Amino acid sequence: MSLTPADIDRLAHLARLGLKPAERARMCTQLNDFFGIVEKMRAVDTTGIVPLAHPVDVMGNMALRLRDDVANEPNQREANQRSAPAVEDGLFLVPKVIE
Amino acid sequence: MTQTSTDLHDLTVAQLATLLRQRKVSAVEAARHFLTRATAYKHLGAFLGVSEDVTLAQASAADARLATGATGALLGVPLAHKDIFVTRDFVSTAGSKMLDGYRSPFDATVVSRLAEAGAVTLGKLNCDEFAMGSANENSAFGPVKNPWDSSRTPGGSSGGSAAAVAARLTPAATGTDTGGSIRQPAAFCGITGIKPTYGRASRYGMVAFASSLDQAGPLARTAEDCAILLGAMCGPDPDRDSTSLDVPTEDFSLKLGDSIDGLRIGIPAEFFGEGLADDVRASVNAALKQYELLGAKLVPISLPRTELSIPVYYIIAPAEASSNLSRFDGVKFGHRAAQYTNLTDMYLQTRAEGFGDEVKRRIMIGTYVLSHGYYDAYYLQAQKIRRMIADDFQQAFTQCDVIAGPVAPTVAWQLGGHGNDPLADYLADIFTLPASLAGLPGMSLPVGFGAGNMPVGLQLIGNHLTEARLLNVAHRFQQATDWHIARPQGV
Repeated sequence: MSLTPADIDRLAHLARLGLKPAERARMCTQLNDFFGIVEKMRAVDTTGIVPLAHPVDVMGNMALRLRDDVANEPNQREANQRSAPAVEDGLFLVPKVIE
Repeated sequence: MTQTSTDLHDLTVAQLATLLRQRKVSAVEAARHFLTRATAYKHLGAFLGVSEDVTLAQASAADARLATGATGALLGVPLAHKDIFVTRDFVSTAGSKMLDGYRSPFDATVVSRLAEAGAVTLGKLNCDEFAMGSANENSAFGPVKNPWDSSRTPGGSSGGSAAAVAARLTPAATGTDTGGSIRQPAAFCGITGIKPTYGRASRYGMVAFASSLDQAGPLARTAEDCAILLGAMCGPDPDRDSTSLDVPTEDFSLKLGDSIDGLRIGIPAEFFGEGLADDVRASVNAALKQYELLGAKLVPISLPRTELSIPVYYIIAPAEASSNLSRFDGVKFGHRAAQYTNLTDMYLQTRAEGFGDEVKRRIMIGTYVLSHGYYDAYYLQAQKIRRMIADDFQQAFTQCDVIAGPVAPTVAWQLGGHGNDPLADYLADIFTLPASLAGLPGMSLPVGFGAGNMPVGLQLIGNHLTEARLLNVAHRFQQATDWHIARPQGV
């Protein structure tokens, strides 16, 4: 099974990456090379194995925890918006989405 | 003992901290000395951002604290941070055009913890874009050169950190390791570095690449220095990082002097196969012999899924990256394309312009393996083998106390040496990926020189939360040998 240029277009759109034609062709070749080494992994018998999403799961009695759901950060809107590309009246500006 | 400012850069963190405490040198003098060196060695490309005023203000504040008799393990000691840590007072780029000129409203926890310990920040260090790379060639701001041979890579992704420490531009530096990004550049540059157990150091303010793998750690010249830095960097951060472990801060220096007589060192057969270059094999074997002289016993072990760790890692890390990097949308911070037709096009153009090739490849791989119809076959399958790899380590640790082997199959390669073949970089990560997937601490220490007189690193891997033991094992080696003292020519 290998990825086609149409697959690359579909993935690039899902990932919101605008690829140029030359980039798209190169990406197709490189991804297919990569998935060549992945085939070995697909052949492994993993029946009954529980997926490991997080290494803390295999650290004895350690567990990931949640903090209390309370606001603990001060409002720093100005500081947080300092590096935004376009801001007006404390709001982030994006291109018009509703006609 | 009197020190002149010309040889300050030869001191270790421990030595420099002592001189600062004794007020034989001031923090401002030390800072100035290293800033001058950073400028003199600009051609290495190690530093991305310096801000002399900020550094000197921090140094003056440290001097004021020293004058009151205050102590702190790092009070007045200059350090530099990998540019993957966000900093309020220095631009934070993560090596990406996407964050060119970005100013964070806050400091990463690792940065603020080191500042609380009294460290003075010299600046920000070059790295692969979003820490994705093994040669520091993926930085949007140019590659870093290896101080041992400027035609070669310093390794990656913490290449700027490793090169700066090796060239004595800073006594020590922070780095991050997702699949080997502290250990491999430390090995390539002939210095010492440690990636602690996953969760030891807070990830708050570390620009996220792969959240279940990313971990911060120090790069320095000695294991003793790494122990000092690691102690200051680690500790619970319960309000800001849900993956930060709830284990108390530890003094990693406590066990440095312990004997390693009777230590069982596991030697994984899979780390010494055909792919290992002869020069690296020779230096690693000589180091293992040295360990036998120090009283350790070598125990043959097996990590049977070592090779599988490459596809497993390069599925899981890009999957997490594709999700993490969705935040770069040209709206809240960072680059926005100048030309676009509508909102979707703004995303497409912004991300096309802001991300480099390797980052795009990983976003594409991640998007694919998480997409409908492929999730089970790729992502879930990788996670299942990840558990098998973690279990293999636990099996191995029933037979040994630490595991030792090479960090990388070869010494540092030529810049551009892997050409346009990203797969060549992935394959070279084979020995560092397994410990990363299992969340285990791993370190690299210099143990010799291979082809082209390039440094060779020995990797030590321990079980979860055994960093003090690893550092002890490395320290005992450094007490008996002088590989860690060797310096590049012209430095």
